[in-house]
Amino acid sequence: MADIKKLAIIASKGTLDWAYPPFILASAAAAMDMEAVLFFTFYGLPLLKKEIDLKVTPVGNPAMPMKMPFGSKEFQGFNWPIPNIISGNVPGFDTMATMLMKETFKKKGVATIEQLREMCQESGVRFIACQMTMDVFGFERKDFIDGVEYGGAAMFLEYAADANMSLFI
Amino acid sequence: MSEITANRTLDCSGMNCPLPILKTKKEVDQMQSGEILKMISTDSGSANDMASWANRTGHKIVDSSTEGGTYTFYIQKS
Repeated sequence: MADIKKLAIIASKGTLDWAYPPFILASAAAAMDMEAVLFFTFYGLPLLKKEIDLKVTPVGNPAMPMKMPFGSKEFQGFNWPIPNIISGNVPGFDTMATMLMKETFKKKGVATIEQLREMCQESGVRFIACQMTMDVFGFERKDFIDGVEYGGAAMFLEYAADANMSLFI
Repeated sequence: MSEITANRTLDCSGMNCPLPILKTKKEVDQMQSGEILKMISTDSGSANDMASWANRTGHKIVDSSTEGGTYTFYIQKS
């Protein structure tokens, strides 16, 4: 095919929930014979760490359902109304919410972030880490997986200028 | 209708988006042009997803069927 479509994504969020869209879209694009570049900046940088430890919090996230990954279908479908005063103050609440989301994803046959990231790299998706935000937040190249390129706004824009789809996530 | 004979079978049961697409692509890459892959999925989004994937990649879905939450696709490599 002469006309290869290009996808450019800025990944700026590092919570478990928002880690998914960039890797899902980039891996799917590669599977559809498209080129894809993921530019990791600000809170998206931890997605490049060798050891990923992502969390999710219902605090300040009123649309996030609190679901149980076990029990009957009705029980799993129930959305627990946890007020922020509890979710924001009970120690370990985020850890629990993270565990529940991971377990629910697993039960539903959703790949882990590590798997999707690996599949992206296998299929030629390019990862670019924003050097400026790395310096600001104290990330080091040795903490990141192999195969990452390092650059800045110009490097992303050079690619995005010819991209058919550009997304900020 | 005559039965389609598949050269390979890929079972994506239990997997959710985008895994069926990623696995299908991987499998098709290893096949010869004209060969047929039988792909089984339980992801209800995969009916439309497979059609879109085929549209973009140029591979052909020669037959597909749904039975009790199981989707079966016969994909011919271009």
